[in-house]
Amino acid sequence: MMNRKALDLWVGVFVAIGLGALLFLALKVGNLASFSTAETYLVKANFDNIGGLKKRAPVKSAGVVVGRVEDIVFDTENYEATVGFSIDTRFEFPKDTSAKILTSGLLGEQYIGLAAGGDAAKLKNGDKLKITQSAVVLENLISQFMFNKAAEGSKDGK
Amino acid sequence: MERCGHGRSLGNFDAARRGAQRQASGRMHPFRASCRRHSVSTKPATDNLVEVENVNFAYDARQILKGVNLSIRRGQVVAIMGLSGCGKTTLLRLIGGALRPTQGEVRVGGISVASLNHDELFALRRRMGMLFQFGALFTDMSCYDNVAFQMREHTDLPEPLIDDLVLMKLQAVGLRGAHSLMPSELSGGMARRVALARTTALDPMLIMYDEPFAGLDPVSMGVILQLIRRLNDSLGATSIIVTHDVAEALQLVDYVYFMSDGVIVTQGTPTELRASDKPFVHQFVFGETDGPMPFHYPADDYGRDLYAKEAV
Amino acid sequence: MSALTDVLESLGARVTRSIHRLGFASRFLLLTLRNSGMCFRRFSLVVREIYFAGVLSLIIILVSGLFVGMVLGLQGYDTLVRYGSSSALGVLVALSLVRELGPVVAGLLFASRAGSAITAEIGLMKATEQLAAMEMMAVDPIARVIAPRFWAGVISMPLLAAMFSAMGVFGGYLVGVRLIGVDEGSFWSQMQAAVDFEEDILNGVIKSVVFGVAVTWIAVFEGYDAPPTAEGVSGATTRTVVTSSLAILALDFMLTAFMFRGA
Repeated sequence: MMNRKALDLWVGVFVAIGLGALLFLALKVGNLASFSTAETYLVKANFDNIGGLKKRAPVKSAGVVVGRVEDIVFDTENYEATVGFSIDTRFEFPKDTSAKILTSGLLGEQYIGLAAGGDAAKLKNGDKLKITQSAVVLENLISQFMFNKAAEGSKDGK
Repeated sequence: MERCGHGRSLGNFDAARRGAQRQASGRMHPFRASCRRHSVSTKPATDNLVEVENVNFAYDARQILKGVNLSIRRGQVVAIMGLSGCGKTTLLRLIGGALRPTQGEVRVGGISVASLNHDELFALRRRMGMLFQFGALFTDMSCYDNVAFQMREHTDLPEPLIDDLVLMKLQAVGLRGAHSLMPSELSGGMARRVALARTTALDPMLIMYDEPFAGLDPVSMGVILQLIRRLNDSLGATSIIVTHDVAEALQLVDYVYFMSDGVIVTQGTPTELRASDKPFVHQFVFGETDGPMPFHYPADDYGRDLYAKEAV
Repeated sequence: MSALTDVLESLGARVTRSIHRLGFASRFLLLTLRNSGMCFRRFSLVVREIYFAGVLSLIIILVSGLFVGMVLGLQGYDTLVRYGSSSALGVLVALSLVRELGPVVAGLLFASRAGSAITAEIGLMKATEQLAAMEMMAVDPIARVIAPRFWAGVISMPLLAAMFSAMGVFGGYLVGVRLIGVDEGSFWSQMQAAVDFEEDILNGVIKSVVFGVAVTWIAVFEGYDAPPTAEGVSGATTRTVVTSSLAILALDFMLTAFMFRGA
């Protein structure tokens, strides 16, 4: 039987490696490092169609992640989707910032893109964005394309 | 004097125990209130340490013990003999509290074993020692640690004192030099002796042996025989030996109980048994191949068996 | 006709026996948990068992993790490159490992290496009457022998699963980035964007803890319940590996369905 000291040493090494692996996974593989402890403020925006936007989707501005989608609610008053998202307090946005739902890559996941306006006043916790652009729905795009093509064709034909 | 070696250890152990008890939180005797036995020298209420009264035991509809009565006086070395399967080992386990009788009572020191709760039973077991058939040493620790096991688990004695006691116990069985070996490195006889040292580690008042002579070479056999008697007398303990090694047992013990098929068929001192005229006892004591216990397993007529295949 | 009824009878008998055993096993688990006090007071007992169950499984876990990760890298690249998404290789490797392969494969390996060893050890201790001897010496074998092994398994499993996943990611990196030439930056950045700590990593850890409980419970129970003969112990060891493996896969399905619904 191994003596106690060697045993304890190896078990300590084992547990240390295990915790290290867990830490590696959490920080290097996952996204723990980026956003868990930052302070955020909540902002809302209404969209006609959120497409495939999901909770915890990133909110980016100029391509950099500045926040996360927190909740998506259906507004029964004006039949739109109200998306609530949190923005890191480090980043301030003007009151006339616009929000668009964009897709990363061709078939990737959808995220919210913020384009800053020019207003001097800044967004505060609980504010609502006025200018929004909904997600691009592929079916609408295709039917629009076909409609355009048909219109073009008939114009040429005439 | 040869005996003093072990007798002295007895004195040391008790003194050490009493001293440790004064300091410790009474870990050795959690069961203070109603246990008379927590004093070192027990004043017996009855002269019999073990009493088995009308005990029946059945396991899964198989009746193993059918009304066993025996009593064992303090200081005696008693043998329980019989063929394999007659219930001897079951009897030992009933005395040790590992099993409960379906009927009847088993009393140790006047107290019914089956009526004890878990803590009381464990307190009782600390005063008992059992030597299992092939030693049952813990294979993951050295001989030293095996003997020290009970001392470390049940007492608060400091390590240097435990060291002295362990070496003393091993010295008594003649294996002090082997203390650092692992059980897998020992021969059968040596393992049995270390197990004996472990059994007597806390100076039990009742020592039980389950087939202590099984499979031993003549030298180890002689050693064990001598040790059983010596330990019993120097510890002032009582010993119960379950065995079917007749010659060895008869030369060692004070009294013999003979079991067959779940009952005690005969009992007596070794001299009485050797002179017995009961055919069963006679066959057993003198190792006769045929008698009340037939040589042949029940079968059809031999001739018929031989010629039956030819006829087909 | 009687052959059919015989078959049905034996089937019924086997089912009732299994249910009996399951009940006994559950009571046994409760007993183990109740007697775990000694484990925490004398943690050295558990440490010793972590060595035998965890540390000695390190090599097989690390090597297997590396190879699984490397294979994921190769196969994943082969498939992704057809859709021009080879930069998503990191995502594929990491998510596969952290969510599924890490806990499951590490659990299977743990069951066959450590689980069978625990069963064999306990079964052998029972066959050589060591457990009975311990009981006669007024030391509860469940508290001293069974419970430390149980807790050692529960503690070791998540650590081993994490190590497996980490090695796998590294293996995927070696093959994808170093060998094949996927862009290193996008390998890690896409991975970090896609793997969520709460949803993926934490769920994987929860899975591995559940597997650890299941495997170790089965291992100690089979050892304790084994018939005290050579065939009995070997049968128990085999049963441990088979039952643990099936349990891991079944639990994996249930946990995955519960955790990753609609993600």
